[in-house]
Amino acid sequence: MPTEFTPWASLLGGMMIGASAVLLMATAGRIAGISGLTVRLLTRGDDGEARGVSALFVLGLLLAAPLWRLTTGDWPVQSVPDNLGLMAVAGLLVGFGAVYGSGCTSGHGVCGISRGSPRSLAATLTFMATAVVTVFVVRHLIGL
Amino acid sequence: MRQVFALLSGLIFGLGLVLSGMANPAKVLNFLDLAGSWDPSLAFVMGGAIAVTAPGFALLTRRRERPLHAARFHLPTARDLDPRLLGGAAVFGVGWGLGGFCPGPALTALPVAATGTLVFVPTMLAGMWLARRTATPRRRSAAA
Repeated sequence: MPTEFTPWASLLGGMMIGASAVLLMATAGRIAGISGLTVRLLTRGDDGEARGVSALFVLGLLLAAPLWRLTTGDWPVQSVPDNLGLMAVAGLLVGFGAVYGSGCTSGHGVCGISRGSPRSLAATLTFMATAVVTVFVVRHLIGL
Repeated sequence: MRQVFALLSGLIFGLGLVLSGMANPAKVLNFLDLAGSWDPSLAFVMGGAIAVTAPGFALLTRRRERPLHAARFHLPTARDLDPRLLGGAAVFGVGWGLGGFCPGPALTALPVAATGTLVFVPTMLAGMWLARRTATPRRRSAAA
């Protein structure tokens, strides 16, 4: 199913993501990496400051769609795959891979590349490649 | 103040994800579908985010000794491209290509409560927890 090409909204949205990353670094001194922030809430750690920042950042994320609904009158437009077995496996792989590989799209793809980190560049190229191959296999070879 | 800014950062990040279209798995999957209904929008998200984050981070870390509301900048120090990094990224990419969600968009989309999201998020959290349990503590500072 095709989706509309939205260069301006995507560019502006991307710049907001960047502004958020800079704001978090300027105030809390931390990388806006969602998997890193989230996993802190799942495990017992001794760093209370980091847990507090993580909890409030994630709370902010969770409030974004409801705020969008309040201001625009509509929930964000989305189409989520409804193959629930596939989504369960996808979630497991995303969560495991992001934490095992020390970052996801935000931590490696945005913050890491912005810092010129060779590790983040390598990770981003790797997950982009496996994601493209996965979509090709699922859509064009298996035909799901 | 640190808490207020962390909440605000999360909120701006989430609104950026919604505006950019990245919180919509259909758009993400189409970005990854080079051989099919390709939608290049997400390149603009990443471009916009890096265009703000790269100069922002550079200015901050060059001009300031420490963040406004924390003792120091917490930046990853690992440099080597180890199998963990690339293996984790590869697994992450497969999950991303299957479901069209990475951690930030999945959490942002959670309140919209599509069935696929309600399945994806718990298994994602389980995967993160599992990866952290199997993780050696030496890489903890690199979590992004």
